[in-house]
Amino acid sequence: MITDHPRIVTARMGYDDSHTLARFLATGGYDGLRKALSMTPAQVQEEVNTASLLGRGGAGFPAGRKWSMRRAADTTYLVVNGDESEPATFKDHMLIEGDPHQIIEGAVIAAYAVGASQAFLFCRGEFALGYERLLQACNEAYGYGALGPDILGSGFALDLVIHPGAGAYICGDETGLLESLEGKRGFPRIKPPYFPAAIGLYGEPTIVNNVETMANLPWIILNGGAAFAALGAGSSAGTRLFALSGHVERPGCYEIEMSKTTFRDLIYDASLGGGVRDGRQLKAFIPGGASSPWFFPEHLDIGLDQDAVGKAGSMLGSGSVVVMDESTCVVRAAWRITRFFARESCGQCTPCREGSGWAEKVLRRIEDGYGREEDLDLLMDLCDNIAPGLGWPPKQTTICPLGPSIPSPIVSGITRFRDEFLLHVKEGACPMPPDEVRRG
Amino acid sequence: MVEITLDGRALQAEDGELIIDAAERAGVYIPRFCYHPRMKPVGMCRMCLVEVSGPRGASLQPACFMSVADGQEIATVSPAARKAQEGVLEFLLVNHPLDCPVCDKGGECPLQDQAVSCGPGESRFVEEKRHWAKPIALGPLTLLDRERCIQCARCTRFAEEIAGEPLIDFYGRGDGIEVAVFPEQPFTSYFSGNTVQICPVGALTSVPYRFKSRPWDLEQVETTCTYCAVGCRVAAQSSAGSLVRYLGIDSDPVNQSWLCDRGRYGHEATTSPARLTSPLLRRQGDLVPVGWNEALRAVADRLREVPGETVGIIGGARLANEDAYAWSKLARSVIGTDNLDAQLGDGLPAELVCSLPRATIEEACSAKAVIVLAGDLREDLPVLHLRLRAAAANDGLQIVECSPVPTSLSGVAAACLLYRPGESVALARGLSASLPGDVPGVGSDALAAARRTLAGALESSPEGDGIVVVLGRPSLAESAAQLASAAAVLAEAWPGVRFLPALRRSNVLGALDMGLAPGVLPGRVSSDEGAEWYGAAWGSLPHKRGMDTAAMLEAAVSAEIGTLVLLGADPLADFPDRRLATQALEAVPFLVAVDAIASPSSLLADVVLPAATSIERAGSTTNIEGRVSRLAQKVVPPGQARPDWIIAVELAGLLGADLGFGDVDGIWSEIERLAPSHHGCSLHALLGAAGADGIVVPLPSVAVSPRRLDRIDPMATPGITSVDEQGAPLYAGAVAGVAAPGGDGPSPKRPALMAMGTGHFAAPTSPPPDGYAFRLVTRRSLYDHGTLLQAAASLSPLVPSQALRLRPKEIEQLGVRQGDDVRVRSLTGELIVPVVADDTLPSGVAVLPFGVVPVDQPSAADLLDASAIVTHVRVETLA
Repeated sequence: MITDHPRIVTARMGYDDSHTLARFLATGGYDGLRKALSMTPAQVQEEVNTASLLGRGGAGFPAGRKWSMRRAADTTYLVVNGDESEPATFKDHMLIEGDPHQIIEGAVIAAYAVGASQAFLFCRGEFALGYERLLQACNEAYGYGALGPDILGSGFALDLVIHPGAGAYICGDETGLLESLEGKRGFPRIKPPYFPAAIGLYGEPTIVNNVETMANLPWIILNGGAAFAALGAGSSAGTRLFALSGHVERPGCYEIEMSKTTFRDLIYDASLGGGVRDGRQLKAFIPGGASSPWFFPEHLDIGLDQDAVGKAGSMLGSGSVVVMDESTCVVRAAWRITRFFARESCGQCTPCREGSGWAEKVLRRIEDGYGREEDLDLLMDLCDNIAPGLGWPPKQTTICPLGPSIPSPIVSGITRFRDEFLLHVKEGACPMPPDEVRRG
Repeated sequence: MVEITLDGRALQAEDGELIIDAAERAGVYIPRFCYHPRMKPVGMCRMCLVEVSGPRGASLQPACFMSVADGQEIATVSPAARKAQEGVLEFLLVNHPLDCPVCDKGGECPLQDQAVSCGPGESRFVEEKRHWAKPIALGPLTLLDRERCIQCARCTRFAEEIAGEPLIDFYGRGDGIEVAVFPEQPFTSYFSGNTVQICPVGALTSVPYRFKSRPWDLEQVETTCTYCAVGCRVAAQSSAGSLVRYLGIDSDPVNQSWLCDRGRYGHEATTSPARLTSPLLRRQGDLVPVGWNEALRAVADRLREVPGETVGIIGGARLANEDAYAWSKLARSVIGTDNLDAQLGDGLPAELVCSLPRATIEEACSAKAVIVLAGDLREDLPVLHLRLRAAAANDGLQIVECSPVPTSLSGVAAACLLYRPGESVALARGLSASLPGDVPGVGSDALAAARRTLAGALESSPEGDGIVVVLGRPSLAESAAQLASAAAVLAEAWPGVRFLPALRRSNVLGALDMGLAPGVLPGRVSSDEGAEWYGAAWGSLPHKRGMDTAAMLEAAVSAEIGTLVLLGADPLADFPDRRLATQALEAVPFLVAVDAIASPSSLLADVVLPAATSIERAGSTTNIEGRVSRLAQKVVPPGQARPDWIIAVELAGLLGADLGFGDVDGIWSEIERLAPSHHGCSLHALLGAAGADGIVVPLPSVAVSPRRLDRIDPMATPGITSVDEQGAPLYAGAVAGVAAPGGDGPSPKRPALMAMGTGHFAAPTSPPPDGYAFRLVTRRSLYDHGTLLQAAASLSPLVPSQALRLRPKEIEQLGVRQGDDVRVRSLTGELIVPVVADDTLPSGVAVLPFGVVPVDQPSAADLLDASAIVTHVRVETLA
């Protein structure tokens, strides 16, 4: 069911100048901040609690609860995570390029609520245009008075630093990001301490929120948390951006009311995905980014709902849905994703560092026609050594969740399409059509 | 205490204790690679995964990172834990080259051992392994084979966390991650060898040991390193009768398993071709090899002819305690001279050192505040530097650094007082005064910070019990008398303050304790106090108080001294007044050198006697704390070289006397019986459990139980399996301590130890600064042109080049550019050196290294005057 929901974070998309301060102000920009500053920080936080806004970065932790976990200290930092690097995820990318002021407005609101006077926005290094627009918006915000020593005359002070990443997926992990911000290698931190809200950047309590999470805040403040919570269902409140890609007619980034809409709607509705391309059959789809276990046609009627997807054995994760049609080689697909993890593993933990590289080599060998039947059991056991039990949510033998992400495509592929893997082995070659763009 | 269940066994563990440690105490060994007991855990290698049952069910957790909690159930060998461990081990071997047959680590390799004990037995990996060029040099002494590396980060963590020199770090990511150095910054840390020692695979190898031996061919003893006075415990290993490797032993109170590279690789000098293997006698101007009888007779004949007080004996810091005692007894009771000095004018007055209330290294590291009034400890006493630096960086030790120029500790010091050279007394007054006043050269902010730190330390104890002073020579161009006065000022202000003497040379503290100093008898007793006691024990004592090295050299020039014995001393290289040393050695009619390797000074001698080094004989040595530890013999001396004490005994025999002992243990028994400071420190105690880490003398009246690590951990220090060839047995936990025996001694009454104030140290006033001159600061570097270091082939190329350091602005004012030659002139001499800019220096100070060029080349020693309080130099352009 496609609902007639308000556009919360994409209201300005469509304007050529959506990233400018002029357009932002002309479309209600910084009104949410103005209102927030007239409230107490506790009231702001209460509003966000009421909204039951789930973090939009991938783990889906309630934002309000994250805020309330912070340790009382003289210094609290706010860090906005804009290091969106998961393959096929491009929602933050759109927000950063299309509406940077909205993110900044949300960040100021969040900083006000948690009592931070210094904020950082960590922008993925490859977002050249986005970084430029964020810098521009940041400067404009200072000029306008939305950042600086006396924000909009309220006396609240906040400085914001836009920090470009240096090209590592792992810095999207919040503790890897903090290390990188501190000028160190992007090595995720070992737990405990479990939460940056207690010990984060430079050892101080730090709230790390995703870009999209921030972008929701102005609307929530202006319209009330209850209005936000009225959208969606259960814990999955509000709308959410879904980055739809792969073999669909209309790939793109869509803002959709959570829970009410199903994967079938997203992929097949004429106003959204418009169906599998060229009228082909759906073979599988990735429901929440490269780290999530795959879904298949029987999962199409599951709602875009965090709990429902979790119950079905995967996750909404970063909100990217990748559609694979019948022409897709699952070995190649699993290999591609595994190669990504192998290249992006930070190298700290042995299972992730060595396991990803090993699995990548085996998958490549199978795809190239040199596979052995026992390779399938080997791959499954190798995955089991990274995430014991291969259940969902995965058990972790590594410091950060990158490790347990590695089995997702491999286990999904082998479990569902064992025959196709074996066909590779039997024929000594890939039986599926070649890519339209050959792999590198 | 918390209750835990480990593999079904109920156990008690300490609050906050790591599972891996609690298990180990209970005898359950959890496999590990990245975990090292002397470094913070990082939980990276995941080898130590165990199954921990908590409130949310059982999960695999790294035992090296997770602390015990009450009621926790831990399974280290459950099916899940075993599968995880086997999985990790298989992963580790995926890219490991398995070139064990040609790997130095093969046979003592934690990866090999744990592959057998915790691995799956067979690898399923059939792909191509990762390839790297092998090996690459990280620095002059360290090679890296990246194919073997398992990315445990022990080396990089050591460099950053312990050494504070993060010159190596990870580069790249995923399975392409590698340990690397930064461009044009090689791994030149003085502590680089420790990374080789703790590498759990053969990735890091040292240039000196690479391909030298296989582990199963090694024999080892536990002994003490004698390259400086810290006294690190080492496992000395030999192969086919030749020393090949030193490894640091985890001695909790001293080196905690770390060594400096000089100590680790300096043993190369032992097998150097420059070793003296036969006595030499000067005939027709040339030194020719002769037999011992002939050489000793020549010396005895001379000694018989001349009056005792015309004989001087310089040196003794290279000697073991027993040697020093034998020579002290020989000199005083047989030759009849008190002209003895183990120091070469570059130390501190012996009476001061012997009377300082001493602190241990551990006490310094846990003090409320430490005042470092010494040279650069990283150059002088590297492992002391390591301990203090790590305590400051990781445990909040407050260091007040007092030095004319910044040192390696400046970065972690709570306050850094750059005082004007020569003004250490004013500095001590400024620090200890209750009222704020100025100290020449010191900024008011730094002084305020130092006062705050000290005020904090004095809060709980106004007597200064919480303060430890590391006392040495901040610069050889500032007189020892200044430092002695400064120490007296501090001791007077804070009666509870304790000192750690920062004297660098080998067993110099032991030599002083054994009486190798004028006016000091064995056991930290003054000549006056001990006259009756030693008179009774030794028969006779010289009546006249003797001279120190400077006075002996001057007396040699003025012909008052006609016979000089150099006990492993090289005044030409080490005495900080080259002119005087040269004149003296050339003037003295009869020069005897007892040396292991011929030095420039010993080559001037009439008789040269070859001595054994500390690894070629048994005995004991004493470190800066006064800690006596056992030396063990691993190899035999080359040729006819023999221990110094035998030379003393034989000389005494030729002079018609009997020193009364015939072996090292006999000497120790006499020392323990006679030397008051060593009373109770018996051979039995030294060889027993309490002596494993050495015994600090004088013994306390109430025994303190030392604690040692349970056993040598082969994963922490691969290569040391057990040490059983020498006295110190391995044991667990606390052991009974040793205390001084009570009751009255024999008659005459045992003399009292020297107390502070025994010596009278004049507090000379510094001359006013000369507006046209710089004040010279000169200090040693760890790698210098000394004979021992130059005989170590791997270390000898590492000596820094000689250059004068000045502030950039002052170089500019001279009208020269960095790298240009300038003339440095003092009242005593001059030299031409290149000038180098150093913007950390205060103004008006010129820094020149000491001893980094051969003695025949002009150096800082040419500029120094042994009697000057401070040395002014002029810097002139050559044009």
